[in-house]
Amino acid sequence: MSAAVLAADNLARRFGGLAAVDGVSLAVAMGEVHAVIGPNGAGKSTLVNLLSGDLAPSGGCIVLDGRDVSRLGPARRSHLGLGRSYQKTNVFLPFTVFENCRLAAQSRLATSMRFLRPASSFAQVNEAAGRALEATGLEPRRHAVVATLSHGEQRHVEIAMALATRPRVLLLDEPLAGMGAEESAGIVALLRRLRPDHAIVLVEHDMDAVFALADTLTVMANGRVIASGPPATVREHPEVRRAYLGDESHA
Amino acid sequence: MTRLQWAAVAAGLALLAAMPWFADKFAVQFASKVLIFALFASSLNLLVGQAGLVSLGHAGFFGVAGYVLALASPEYDAAPLWSTLAMAVGVAALLALAIGALVVRTRGVYFLMATLAFGQMLFHLFHDGDFAGGSDGLQIFARPAGTLFGVALFDLEQYRHFHWVVLAACALVLVFLARLRASPFGRVLDGIRVNEHRMRALGFATVRYKLVAFVLAGALAGLAGYLSACQFGVVNPESLGWHQSGAVLLMVILGGMGSLTGPALGAAVWWGMELFFQGFTRHWQLPMGAVIVAVALFLPDGLAGLWRRVRPPRAVAAEASVREGAA
Ligand SMILES: Nc1ncnc2c1ncn2[C@@H]1O[C@H](COP(=O)(O)OP(=O)(O)O)[C@@H](O)[C@H]1O
Ligand SMILES: [Mg+2]
Repeated sequence: MSAAVLAADNLARRFGGLAAVDGVSLAVAMGEVHAVIGPNGAGKSTLVNLLSGDLAPSGGCIVLDGRDVSRLGPARRSHLGLGRSYQKTNVFLPFTVFENCRLAAQSRLATSMRFLRPASSFAQVNEAAGRALEATGLEPRRHAVVATLSHGEQRHVEIAMALATRPRVLLLDEPLAGMGAEESAGIVALLRRLRPDHAIVLVEHDMDAVFALADTLTVMANGRVIASGPPATVREHPEVRRAYLGDESHA
Repeated sequence: MTRLQWAAVAAGLALLAAMPWFADKFAVQFASKVLIFALFASSLNLLVGQAGLVSLGHAGFFGVAGYVLALASPEYDAAPLWSTLAMAVGVAALLALAIGALVVRTRGVYFLMATLAFGQMLFHLFHDGDFAGGSDGLQIFARPAGTLFGVALFDLEQYRHFHWVVLAACALVLVFLARLRASPFGRVLDGIRVNEHRMRALGFATVRYKLVAFVLAGALAGLAGYLSACQFGVVNPESLGWHQSGAVLLMVILGGMGSLTGPALGAAVWWGMELFFQGFTRHWQLPMGAVIVAVALFLPDGLAGLWRRVRPPRAVAAEASVREGAA
């Protein structure tokens, strides 16, 4: 297996007395989808927030391209190649779909301390935003104000914004939540296309999508990893069957 | 802005420029005052309307710049215009940098409190200190003198000339702010106002952008404060106290935060109302307050929002799609 682009070692985060993430280690390599599953409250979103820098860890460390980024804020990590989407849609509701992606793409300018030239005249930024719209099928909605979109469409904007920053590592927190079957299939196909030149951490409840995409599967419960490895192996893990997959077999 | 709005602004500027030929001295001086406060309110709007930072200490930069002119002026003689202007704006900007470095890390009501506290500190510094006339303030006996490209184009002692200079400054700043709104920097401020958390996740060092906005707003408030000190020939602690900060914030809200011309409109209506109600009653602040409450209740987008209300929604939607930008 190729070297990990992003690796977490013994990561921990406490909220008061609650150990939301408790000694989690995981690694993801370029060209790999590392899926994370687990029941609600398992600590999956907290894990993503730790990886992205939205939350500071209480313990452990995060290494990106061989560099310890545990103490860096989200903006710095974004510029080191990390991009993320949120479980709870976190976009710019009063802006158009295009402006959401354009602003995301604008973050790749050397600086946004540009005071006179119109933001709309930066060709590279517009192209990156346009590509993100195309990839997510939002092109026909580009002029729509995001607040007026359906929930499923807003979920697409969430992903498009992450793509517009052109990350190498993608952290996706339940990207399919709230999408219909057809929309989900579209995103699964998109993630397949993205896989070759991205390292993807995918938190997802949709088991069909997880087993269709995952190269590695990590199962969390109560802040801890209870199993991790190739999906076929993890699926047969007795503790996993009991704690999470239950009796509804996906075999 | 639409073409119609630009036309309205251009017509307004032309009217203001022609004023000295048809209006009396009192009216021209009144218009100059309104323009200075339009500039002041527009500078605050950069923070309130664009970055979503509601400051209650903005008069500090306005007042300090006036004090710089007063302190730099010879006792009965005119100060040199350009050097004292640069000094006044520079001091306002440096002060904004020092205060901003601390306050832009806070948000919402904490930002409001922190800016209010700094405003109060400045007030007491000038009020209780004896280096600048204490509670009486200082007088400026002669307006600054200067030439433009080596030519004595204007004499600020003449109210007409002063009016044109103020109008030019105001127009330049509005053009600059219009460009700024559409620039990458302006879009970052819009993003911070709407969702600062996501801006950080997208890679924007939001604190730095807020600090630059704070310094820029402080510098422009300094320009307004300098012009105000020129016009009235006095500076006192009240000019940088929280009453003044509150008044300019009300002008912004009255006219419409977030709109380019709203704050200027707010300044005009503010001073117009004062003039109007003072003609009837000594308690003019009462009816003025009632109008402000009515605007707050019924026009959440301020007077500039009236424009959007009377236009058919289809036109607004079309405009939004053309701009593809921030709402
Ligand atoms: N900001 C927070 N403050 C306090 N507790 C939190 C916070 N965020 C998450 N938690 C708690 O941490 C645990 C893990 O939450 P989360 O990471 O959102 O789980 P998941 O995404 O797997 O459903 C839950 O018990 C949740 O209530
Ligand atoms: Mg979650």
